[in-house]
Amino acid sequence: MTALLEVRGLEVDFVQYERGLRRRTVHALTGMDLTVAAGEVVALVGASGAGKSLLAHAVLGLLPPNAVERGEVLLDGELLDAAGRRRHAGRGMTLLPQAVSFLDPVRPVGRQVRRSAELAGHPAPRRAAAEALARRGLGPEVLRRHPHELSGGMARRVLGAMATMSNPRVLLADEPTTGLPPADVRTTLGGFRAMADDGGAVVLITHELRAALDVADRVVICRDGRTVDVADPAGFSGDGAALAHPYTRALWQALPGNGFSVAEGV
Amino acid sequence: MAVDLLTRTVRGLGGRLVRLVLLLAAVATASFALMVHSPVDPVDAYVGGDLAAIGPEQRAQIAERWGLDDPPLERFATWLGNVVQGDLGRSLSFNQPVTEVIGERFLPSLALMATAWVLSGLFGFGLGVLAGTRQGRFADRAVCWWAYTLASAPTFWVGLLLLYVFSVSLGWTPVCCAVPVGVLADDVTLLDRLHHLVLPALTLSVVGVAPVVLHTRQAVIEALASDHVAFARAQGESTRGVVVHSVLRNAAAPAVLLQFASLGELFGGSVLAEQVFSYPGLGAATTTAALGQDVPLLLGIALFTTVFVFVGNQLGDLVHARLDPRVARETAGAR
Repeated sequence: MTALLEVRGLEVDFVQYERGLRRRTVHALTGMDLTVAAGEVVALVGASGAGKSLLAHAVLGLLPPNAVERGEVLLDGELLDAAGRRRHAGRGMTLLPQAVSFLDPVRPVGRQVRRSAELAGHPAPRRAAAEALARRGLGPEVLRRHPHELSGGMARRVLGAMATMSNPRVLLADEPTTGLPPADVRTTLGGFRAMADDGGAVVLITHELRAALDVADRVVICRDGRTVDVADPAGFSGDGAALAHPYTRALWQALPGNGFSVAEGV
Repeated sequence: MAVDLLTRTVRGLGGRLVRLVLLLAAVATASFALMVHSPVDPVDAYVGGDLAAIGPEQRAQIAERWGLDDPPLERFATWLGNVVQGDLGRSLSFNQPVTEVIGERFLPSLALMATAWVLSGLFGFGLGVLAGTRQGRFADRAVCWWAYTLASAPTFWVGLLLLYVFSVSLGWTPVCCAVPVGVLADDVTLLDRLHHLVLPALTLSVVGVAPVVLHTRQAVIEALASDHVAFARAQGESTRGVVVHSVLRNAAAPAVLLQFASLGELFGGSVLAEQVFSYPGLGAATTTAALGQDVPLLLGIALFTTVFVFVGNQLGDLVHARLDPRVARETAGAR
């Protein structure tokens, strides 16, 4: 089985100029490896600032012009540069963003979802938009609202409706459950599992390790811009003795209910 | 819903009117105080060249008749009372009631300013979008360089340059005035008027264009770097599609606000532009009034431009709120 998405040794630097002409290079990603096959949900877990979201943006070719990228990204076994991947964005591969800021603040929700439907090639985008929102329990009154008039949960559902409009084969879900009540978390994650079972590939970027374990086939741990471990979800039990990598173990043991302990020196 | 909207509109309008009245009162007080303390002697200004021909008794008579010996507060009250009744006094330099002078002169000025305003708004926005989407490239640098040059160029100097090139060297446009010289008013065609309007309007728009260009450019760059544009791209939106669907409206809000807020500067620019082109509008009348120590006309123009600028700013608020619903909600909450 070939991987739908494969990332090998991805590095990203940002070139910045500070105080006039002094050039500074920020090494944001220093070595990311990730493989997702059809039918899989892979959780990408790590602390804030570990580079999880950046990986998603890099894979979609969305990095700003001052970013320098090294390493390989393969889509369906085909090696693609950033421009090539951007051409695939929205056509088989897309992003599910994390926050309401990913909606245009000055356009009504309905028009934005309709644009997503147009981009996805729906013949009747207006109807497709209304239906996609209705499937997520959002009535027609939401169409006229602006993003700042939505609750956090509603905004998530709107973003979800837009991201899945094109039935992507690869979905990069960026912190899709942060701040949601437990019931919504289960529904959202169950949706990803169903997508994968239908033959899709989902990268679930999260720092909620425990919730991710229910649906993930593998857990990729990243830290300071690099992936350090790929773990089997079954290993996250008890005191984590089955986990090979000390950082993975430390991450597991730091969770409330697992001793809440912060290991030194890992 | 409709009734609710109506009451909200009426209440909003009422609030704006109260603000306008307060502003006018403040401007009237300040202008009157300035006039009272200015070195201009109204009698000297009125008598003008015939100063030697009248004696001190006659001067005192005029002063008494005008109530110049009354305390300033009493004079202010009389003047304000007349203003409220619509009597702004009589212009000394035009020998006409001030309201008539302003009424006659405002129309040509309005044509001039409206043309310049629309031109600078459209050009400025277009160039700003061009520069913002091509940030750092040649088109961006050229537009920025041009905008900075214009921002630092005084109106009268740009006017003189244009006059030299288009009227004197090329002979495409007339050298002066709003209508052809020596033609009966009835024989002046619309084309004539437009022909005379082109160069002053161009001058005025050229000067107003730079801030719109630079602010629009910045707004476009910010919008392009925003999260919602990244999400649009992740859904396969092309750069062109991103600009049309996700950037234009975001960038239009500040540009519109700026353009409406610039009416004060526009009027200031028209004072100079009308002087350079001998265009008989309100701007030129202001210069005449100032040079001729025509206090009633100056006070009248001060009040009139207050209304003009205030209405412009309020319109800007309204249009801005239409473009950016977040602002509409904030103003609604503040009321």
